[in-house]
Amino acid sequence: MTNAAKFSQSDDSVFVIVGSGAGGGTLGNELAQKGVKVVMLEAGPRYTIPDFMNDEWPSFSQLAWTDARTTSGTWRVAKDFPNLPSWIVKAVGGTSIHWAGASLRFRDWEFKTKTTYGDIQGASLLDWPITLEELAPYYANAENRMGVNGTNGIPHLPGNNNFKVMQAGAQKLGYKTVFTGNMAINSQPRDGRGSCEQIGFCFQGCKSGAKWSTLYTEIPKGEATGNLEVRPLSQVIHIEHNEQGKVTGVVYADAKGVMQRQKARAIAIAGNSIESPRLLLNSASAKYPDGLANSSGQVGRNYMRHTTGSVYASFERPVHMYRGTTMAGIIRDESENDPRRGFVGGYEMETISLGLPFAAAFFDPGAWGRGFTSKLDDYSNTAGMWIVGEDMPQETNRVTLDPKVKDKFGMAVASVHFDDHPNDIAMRNHGFKQGAAVYQAVGATRVAEVPPYPSTHNLGTNRMSANPRDGVVNKYGQTHDIKNLFVSDGSQFTTGAGVNPTLTIVALAVRQGDNIAGMMTRREI
Amino acid sequence: MTMRKVDPRIQVSRRSFLKTGATAAPAATLLASGATLGAESAWAQATSLPAHAMATLTLMARDTYPHDQIGDAYYRKAVAHWDDSAATTEAQRKVIAEGVAMLDMEANARFGTDYIKVAAESDRVTILQAIEPSPFFKAVRADLVVSFYNQKELWPKFGYEGASAQYGGYLHRGFNDIDWLPVS
Repeated sequence: MTNAAKFSQSDDSVFVIVGSGAGGGTLGNELAQKGVKVVMLEAGPRYTIPDFMNDEWPSFSQLAWTDARTTSGTWRVAKDFPNLPSWIVKAVGGTSIHWAGASLRFRDWEFKTKTTYGDIQGASLLDWPITLEELAPYYANAENRMGVNGTNGIPHLPGNNNFKVMQAGAQKLGYKTVFTGNMAINSQPRDGRGSCEQIGFCFQGCKSGAKWSTLYTEIPKGEATGNLEVRPLSQVIHIEHNEQGKVTGVVYADAKGVMQRQKARAIAIAGNSIESPRLLLNSASAKYPDGLANSSGQVGRNYMRHTTGSVYASFERPVHMYRGTTMAGIIRDESENDPRRGFVGGYEMETISLGLPFAAAFFDPGAWGRGFTSKLDDYSNTAGMWIVGEDMPQETNRVTLDPKVKDKFGMAVASVHFDDHPNDIAMRNHGFKQGAAVYQAVGATRVAEVPPYPSTHNLGTNRMSANPRDGVVNKYGQTHDIKNLFVSDGSQFTTGAGVNPTLTIVALAVRQGDNIAGMMTRREI
Repeated sequence: MTMRKVDPRIQVSRRSFLKTGATAAPAATLLASGATLGAESAWAQATSLPAHAMATLTLMARDTYPHDQIGDAYYRKAVAHWDDSAATTEAQRKVIAEGVAMLDMEANARFGTDYIKVAAESDRVTILQAIEPSPFFKAVRADLVVSFYNQKELWPKFGYEGASAQYGGYLHRGFNDIDWLPVS
């Protein structure tokens, strides 16, 4: 940070980025490397690696975005965790502190789901305005900068006990593509960071720094250029624009809650798929009465969260699933699009583990009594996997401003509505059945289906579209309506694909950085 | 190579037990009572809530999350903060007081006695099921799932070892030592 820049609030030549996670943090570094002056505003505080805690609840209190949100819809999260629709991070580094590290590319057809799946009733499918071919060089860039194992000659991680159980079952079942994953977790020292110590608290912030996070990779690299200033504890409240409709700056609450104004040449928002549409909607003005970049009415719509669920299995003998990386391996055989299974799109099966405190809270939220506690009595003999698959975009699944609830700055909070699509339910049930079969193949004495946790993959609320009437941003993440306003997080996703989203968010941010630099040179923004 | 087992014995010195036990109730009371979990005498020193309410909460805690290998003291500790006026608001304590009265009303209607005097766990569970939709039950359960399972001293009983970074992770401590899977 010694070289970190400090820019004036009245400097209208700076590029402002809202958010510092996988999207914002990466874009900030990219622009800084190209000589663009960047002010990055982050709502949360700035921690360092030694601040992270191997302790689930205290870590949750430290890192999670727990400001009020409201929920509605038929998803079980709305009942079990009505004010916690998602589990994301409020800190410099954003949810790249919390993510598990799984880094998989989309398949080519996952950019073309409307073409591939056809019309699915109730689903607002749309092809992406970009192809795998166009994104491939940026995927390669992202894999290299993040140190994804299985790419760039980086060895895979060794499998832990939890993986070995899943692998043995998968092999008995005849699954072919079973391995320890393409993880952005160092399997050997690389890029100034050490290798994985199998600590087992990936969700709580990696205390060895082996897992990629913008907090200790992109952001300090950007700061070292002298072109990047990160302002923690700076929550952007609204975006301002001039009479021509171009954005001119942001108003944000500083650490003391005092409102500040930062002028800007251009702005990118990357606050994750709940906060980003919230900010656009909250920036409504006389000129843009429905919120910024919302002439299509699409801001906040098509909220996706992946079709998820977990399968936990009890065995006669110990597993100690919590030892080692949380997402320690993957089965990819169900990730193809095979409508004969009764649904379109595919899903991955990835190991997951929870420590005892979170197992108690999430194995069966709200459950009690001996039927439930006997599962926890089996804790040390339990193996677990997470199902993550493509969910159908639906216009009615959306983020809106809550009409009543305000945060401490008086800003309307986000309200998240979600209903499962029948395709989501069919996919989840298939995943539950296959997950159970994997474990039963190696002698599981009991298998439990666990409902989705609060969403970690929040996608799609400012979707990318070729035609401005279908979405919010174009193929470069530039809003259709306002030339100097960009979106740089997973809310750009047109559809969600059946893979963990971070690698794609980073690849898009690198690509966007290239394009923004070009637009600035050409004086287009 | 065989798997590294977790010693299930609760690792707690008498000194630290006395210290932490004191937040629940005076240690002497806890250790000397030897009474059942529903005993009001264990909560004679309760300040904000009646001893009867605290005894009821304690038994309710075990009935909600029963683990036969876990001693009574840990259920007491998990509910003790309800009696702590610094940790609990007046409105919350009102929910508890009214909830306990409701629980006893249900117990009396079904079994002719207060909840803590109903002998069989299975009978008490039917009472809890009857009040499950109430704000009282929801508040107590939601709190308990954290306050009970977040007691680190209990984790070895479940075979959970917790924090590992200070030991260099599990890299050399059994992350891949499973020894019973079929050889493929």
